[in-house]
Amino acid sequence: MELLLEPLSYDFMVRAIVTTALAAVVCAVLSCWLVLIGWSLMGDAVSHAVLPGVVLAYIVGAPFALGALVFALIAVTLIGVVRNTSRVKEDAAIGIVFSSLFALGLVLISVTPSQTDLNHIIFGNLLGVSIPDLIQVLVLGVVAFAILILKRRDLTLYAFDPTHAHAIGLSPQRLGALLLGLLALTSVVALQTVGVVLVVAMLIIPGATAYLLTDRFSRMLVIAPVVSAVCSIAGIYLSYYLDTASGAMVVLTQGVVFAVVYLFSPRQGLIGTRLAKARRRKAAALAAA
Amino acid sequence: MSTPAIAVENVTVHYGEVLALDAASLTVDPARICGLVGMNGSGKSTLFKVIMGMVKPDAGTVRIGGQPPSKARREGGIGYVPQSEEVDWQFPLSVRDVVMMGRYGHQGFTRRASKADRAAVDEALDRVELGDYAGRQIGQLSGGQKKRAFVARGIAQGATIMLLDEPFAGVDKRSEATITRLLRELASDGCTILVSTHDLHALPQLCDEAVLLMHKVLMHGPPERVLQPENLAMAFGLDVLNRKEAG
Repeated sequence: MELLLEPLSYDFMVRAIVTTALAAVVCAVLSCWLVLIGWSLMGDAVSHAVLPGVVLAYIVGAPFALGALVFALIAVTLIGVVRNTSRVKEDAAIGIVFSSLFALGLVLISVTPSQTDLNHIIFGNLLGVSIPDLIQVLVLGVVAFAILILKRRDLTLYAFDPTHAHAIGLSPQRLGALLLGLLALTSVVALQTVGVVLVVAMLIIPGATAYLLTDRFSRMLVIAPVVSAVCSIAGIYLSYYLDTASGAMVVLTQGVVFAVVYLFSPRQGLIGTRLAKARRRKAAALAAA
Repeated sequence: MSTPAIAVENVTVHYGEVLALDAASLTVDPARICGLVGMNGSGKSTLFKVIMGMVKPDAGTVRIGGQPPSKARREGGIGYVPQSEEVDWQFPLSVRDVVMMGRYGHQGFTRRASKADRAAVDEALDRVELGDYAGRQIGQLSGGQKKRAFVARGIAQGATIMLLDEPFAGVDKRSEATITRLLRELASDGCTILVSTHDLHALPQLCDEAVLLMHKVLMHGPPERVLQPENLAMAFGLDVLNRKEAG
């Protein structure tokens, strides 16, 4: 108990835990759709490509989310243009666009005074979350979360069968755009905590972990955020006691939990399914004897 | 004369340089089952997309029950049963979840299911004899059951036009007969059904009429006449015909 309570006596730790848990939950919910549509690389791309937008927003004093949304849009448009108007395939187009935009962001940081603040965007600065940061994450996170949950059925339909969505008069284009917009928004939320480089982990691992644990999308939407929030808080505690980088520790914890599920999930796990098979065989042998 | 359920008039579609449909015209009357026959790349999928309004024709018009396709779509009139390859069968949804998607057009902003929606889904599932499988993940159905699940979605939707893309691919003979019976029932209830298929021997039992497509409609008539070898040769090229005779 002492071990759990001690870190909470520091305000910065409380802020870190609240911010991370919130970002973890929003990212995890979004990740359920990303892994099913096959948009993991897109998540990677958008979360990196927002960097110049965030830096520019910082320079002119605009909200980070605005800059991020603009650059997410630019990134997605550029990827589409390169893919559709040249012989370059989509994965290459994504790689070219997001790494170039990310580099642009790094260049902008290097020419902007007060570099320390912005460097935190790259690797996250969990323990230095200020009150305004926390409020921004809170507002954006709640907005993104609310939209995702309210429109979850439409988004799932879009992920599963966009043709049917179209056939019943919905617009798959609009639903896709909504999901991309939410991806940009969520990236900003997660930037604060784990940083640009590791956001993608929060946007993929929880959904993938939940996908290995259930055959119901509605359950994925519960499992992913719960697992992600628990991992994140555990990661922060670990980083506190081991004195390691907090953002990285959060991601590492998620990775370890994924590995355990990958191996031992009763339905999909590498070892779990074999154990189940062996048990069934044993039961059958007993029944025969 | 009644308004045709599907009326495609002089529709031309290009994908860049490639011509997919060349002034194709096709009229299907209500409550008929029409088989669409043609090789890969003959424009079958494009014709479906034009009817669903997913592809805008360069020229020509499409009317669904006398209305533009966009209006028919909003009213939930068009049901679509995709090809097996287009579906992610690992997707974590139950059969009931998929059939419920047919109701989304009738539901509010968050697509919360009402009692009436649930009743419609149950009824559709019973209709296709999948009531006992409602809780299964969709990938855990047989080939024929998978098709029936998507037909059930169209029934729950209240579709008056049903488009089926290769419904017999990967389906065994018995399921094929079940699907044929189901579609005939739907047609006798007034549903108009358009089926694209490679499976020529199934056509006469299933369809009231058949269409030979090769970018344009080469022929449209009773299945027995359309499936005459010399007519098929037109649509498929002589190669296929010779192979068929040899086999």
